[in-house]
Amino acid sequence: MSSQDIPEENLPAEQDAHGAVGVADEKDPFADPGLPPHEHRVQDIDERAARRSERTVAMLFTVSMLATVGFIASYVGIPHDKSIFVFPIGHINALNFALGLTLGLALFSIGAGAVHWARTLMSDEEIADERHPIEASPEVRAKVHADFKQGAKESALGRRKLIRNTMFGALALFPLSGVMLLRDLGPLPGTKLRHTMWRKGLQLVNMNTNEPLRPSDVAVGSLTFAKPEGLEEHDEEFQTEIAKAALMIIRIQPDNIKDKRELEWSHEGIVAYSKICTHVGCPISLYEQQTHHVLCPCHQSTFDLSDGARVIFGPAGHALPQLRIGVNDQGYLEALGDFEEPVGPAFWERG
Amino acid sequence: MSTNESTAANGARRDKAPAGERVADWADGRLGIYSLAKANMRKIFPDHWSFMLGEICLYSFIIIILTGVYLTLFFHPSMNEVEYHGSYVPLQGQLMSEAFNSTMHISFDVRGGLLIRQIHHWAALIFLAGMFVHMMRVFFTGAFRKPREVNWLFGFLLFVLGMFTGFTGYSLPDDLLSGTGVRFMEGAILSVPIVGTYLSFFLFGGEFPGGDFVARFYSIHVLLLPGIMLGLVVGHLILVFYHKHTQFAGPGKTNNNVVGMPLLPVYMAKAGGFFFLVFGVIAAIAAIASINPIWAMGPYRPDQVSTGAQPDWYMGFSEGLIRVMPGWEINFWGHTLVLGVFIPLVIFPLVLVAIAVYPFIESWVTGDKREHHILDRPRNAPTRTAFGVAWITWYMVLLIGGGNDLWATHFHLSINAITWFVRVAFFVAPVLAFIATKRICLGLQRRDKDKVLHGRESGIIKRLPHGEFIEVHEPLSQEQLHTLTAHEQYEPAAIGATVDENGVERKVKGSEKLRAKLSEAYYGEESQIPKPTVEEYKEITSGHGHH
Repeated sequence: MSSQDIPEENLPAEQDAHGAVGVADEKDPFADPGLPPHEHRVQDIDERAARRSERTVAMLFTVSMLATVGFIASYVGIPHDKSIFVFPIGHINALNFALGLTLGLALFSIGAGAVHWARTLMSDEEIADERHPIEASPEVRAKVHADFKQGAKESALGRRKLIRNTMFGALALFPLSGVMLLRDLGPLPGTKLRHTMWRKGLQLVNMNTNEPLRPSDVAVGSLTFAKPEGLEEHDEEFQTEIAKAALMIIRIQPDNIKDKRELEWSHEGIVAYSKICTHVGCPISLYEQQTHHVLCPCHQSTFDLSDGARVIFGPAGHALPQLRIGVNDQGYLEALGDFEEPVGPAFWERG
Repeated sequence: MSTNESTAANGARRDKAPAGERVADWADGRLGIYSLAKANMRKIFPDHWSFMLGEICLYSFIIIILTGVYLTLFFHPSMNEVEYHGSYVPLQGQLMSEAFNSTMHISFDVRGGLLIRQIHHWAALIFLAGMFVHMMRVFFTGAFRKPREVNWLFGFLLFVLGMFTGFTGYSLPDDLLSGTGVRFMEGAILSVPIVGTYLSFFLFGGEFPGGDFVARFYSIHVLLLPGIMLGLVVGHLILVFYHKHTQFAGPGKTNNNVVGMPLLPVYMAKAGGFFFLVFGVIAAIAAIASINPIWAMGPYRPDQVSTGAQPDWYMGFSEGLIRVMPGWEINFWGHTLVLGVFIPLVIFPLVLVAIAVYPFIESWVTGDKREHHILDRPRNAPTRTAFGVAWITWYMVLLIGGGNDLWATHFHLSINAITWFVRVAFFVAPVLAFIATKRICLGLQRRDKDKVLHGRESGIIKRLPHGEFIEVHEPLSQEQLHTLTAHEQYEPAAIGATVDENGVERKVKGSEKLRAKLSEAYYGEESQIPKPTVEEYKEITSGHGHH
C-alpha cells in the first residue's frame, strides 16, 4: 500500500516547524539551525500501516516460536551421525545443520521483530539531553582535597616516617612469597635441551613400519622418518622424547654430498638429520628430491641436505643437527652417538 | 498527622498498586533502584550505524561465555593418553590426549555439541574482528579524546586479552594444528635472553610438550583471562553510560548535548533485538560453515605437521613477523642471542602499543584540555587518519607475511618473492599509505569547502544566451552548511618567546621543540585546508562568481 492511500485528515500539516530551534541567520550562514523538524512515518499517521507493522512483528515472533519447536524436533528426530548433501556446501552433518539453522532462525526472528517494532511503532522523535562536565566543580574539588589532607594528617603517615618506611617495605616484600610459590611449576632446565634419547648403538626404527631400517630400505630420492629403537607410542614420555629425537633420513649419491663432515657422518650416502626445525621447532616434512632441499611447512625455512643442512632461505638461524650413523653387526642402521649439538630452536644457553 | 496514619495510607496505596510496581517499590527500598533509573531509564543514545560495532563485540562476548560454559560440561582438560573409541571411524584406535578425545566426543557424540563448539569458535573470531573494527571506528572519529582516554585503554586491553584468550582456547583440543601453534610459542619463549629456557620449563612443567599445558591453558582460558575481561567489559560499559555517547556534528547537535532516542523503549528494543540478530547470524554460520575440524587434523604429535598451517586470523600478524624476519643468531661466550625470533617477539607488542598510545601523543601535540563529544569526520583530521591507515597497512602487510605460503600456492607466486616483498613493505608501505591518505583527506576537505562556497553539483547543464554552457550548482541547506563547517581547526603551536620581558634568553627544551614541530606537521598549511569563512561565503553568494 502506498502513501497515496493515507486518509487526508491524517496527513501532517505542510509547515510543521516542530523542533526547529534556530532560524536562518542573516549574519552567520553557518550557524546551527537547531534540530530539524520531526518527520512523521507512515505508521504515525495511518493506523492501517501501524497495524500492518504490528502483524509483521507478531509474525516474526511466531516464526521464532515455530523455529524453536523445529529445534526440539530436530534434536529428537535426527540421528546424530546422519550426513546430508546440501548444495553448495557439500556433505554435512544433518543434525548440526538443522539445529544451527532452527536456532539461528529462532534468535534472528526475535531480533528482527524487536528492531522492526522499535523502528516502525515506537516513537522516533529525537530528544536532546544535556551533558554535564565530567570533572567536579571547584567547590567539590576543594572539599575533597581538604578531606584528603585532613585524613592524611590524622593518619600521621607523613610525620611518622618509621611507620611509613617499614610499611612500604613489608608491602613490597610479601609478593615475593607468591613468586616463590611459582618455582615448582616445572623443573630447572639443566642440560635437558642438549640431549636426546639417541646414543651409540641405538637402531634407527622406521616411523611407519616400526621396523629397524637397513641401508637397502633407503632408496635415493626417498624421505624416511625414523625414531630411536625402544621408543614406543604408548610410552609415558613418547611425546616429549619424539619432540627431540625425530629423524629425517635420505640417501644422496656420495659424490653429491658437498660437506665433508656430512659425508663422514653418513653411511653409503645415507644421512640422518634432526626433523625438528631450528627456527621454532616445527617438524620439517617437505622434501625436494632433485635438489635435496627440505622445507619447513610452518615458516618456510629451507635447508640444503646435501650441504650440511645449511639454511638457504627463511627465518631459521642455523643448520639442522646431523646424527652420526653406521651399520651394526646385523646390518641395521644405528646411531654412533647422540647429536653433537642441541636439536630444535635456539635458546640462550645453547652457545 | 501521626506516623501511623501515613504508614497506613502508604500501605493502602501499595495494596492497590499493580504487582510490578510493588516489586519495584520493594527493591527500591533496599537497593535504591529509582535514583539509578531516574538517570538512566530515558537516557539518550545517538543513532549511527558505526555505533553498532561495539554492540557486536559485547554480544559475541556474551555468546562466547554462554557456549563456553556449556563446553566445560563435556571437555576434559587432561593430556593423559587414551585410545579413541568414539563414533568417528577414521581415528578408531588412535592414541590421543583426553583433551582431544573429549573434543571429539563433543563434536560427534553430544547432540548439538558440534554446533555449540562452532558457535563458540565463530563468535570468538567475530568478537576479535568486531573489536578491531570498533577500535578503528573510535580511532578515526577521534572518539578517544578527553574524557574517553581511559575507556580507549580498557578497550585496547580487551582486544589484547581477547587475542590471548583466543590463543589459549584454540590450543585446548590438543590437535595437530593447535599443537604446532603451541610449539611455535615455545620456540618464541626459548629465544628470550637469559630467562627464556626457564620460562619455557615453568610454563610447560618441563620439556615440551610435557603433560601439563592443556590443564594450565584451560584455567587461563576459562577463568583468569575471561575474569579480567568481564571486569573490563563492565567498566567499559559503565564509562560509556557515564560519559554519554559521542555524536557526529549536525543541526541541533552540540558539544553540550546528546541527541538521539531514549533507552526505554527504542534503544532497549533495538539493542536487545540486535543481540538476537547477532546470535542468530552466528548460529546460522555455525550451521553451515565448519570451523576447526579437529578430526581432519588428528591429535597432536610433535613430529608431525600439516602444510598450510595457519593460526586464527588475529594471531596472523605475529605469524607474519616471525616468518619474514631474517634468521639472525649471535653466539658469544657460550650463549646464543636468537635475534631471528626474539626481535619479532618484541615487535609483536610494539605493533599493538603503537596504536594504543596514539591518543596520548595527539593530546600532547594539541595541548587541548577540553572535553570532546562531537566526532570528527576522518577527513578533517588528516594526520590522525593517515596515521591510522598507515597502522592498518602495517598490520595487513604482516597478515600477508603470515600467510605467505597460502599466497604462494593460491596465486602461483614465489614464496621468496612474497617474503622479500613483506620485508620491504614492512618499512615502506606504511609511509606510502600515510602520504596517500593525507592527500586524499586534503582533497576531500577541498571538496567540502567547494560545496559550501559554490553549492552542490546538480548535474543540470544550462546554456547561456551567448552560448556558454555552465553547470547549475544548488546552494546547500543551512543544515548542510552547518554540518560541513562545524569542525574546529587547530593552529600550529608556536614555541613562544625565547626571550622573556627582561631580555633574558629562555632555554627551549627539546620536548618543546619536538612538540612545535609535530604541531606544525599536524596543523600547518600543508596539513589542513582552511575551512570557508563567512566572509568568503558572502562574497561569493552576493553576486558574481556564483556558478
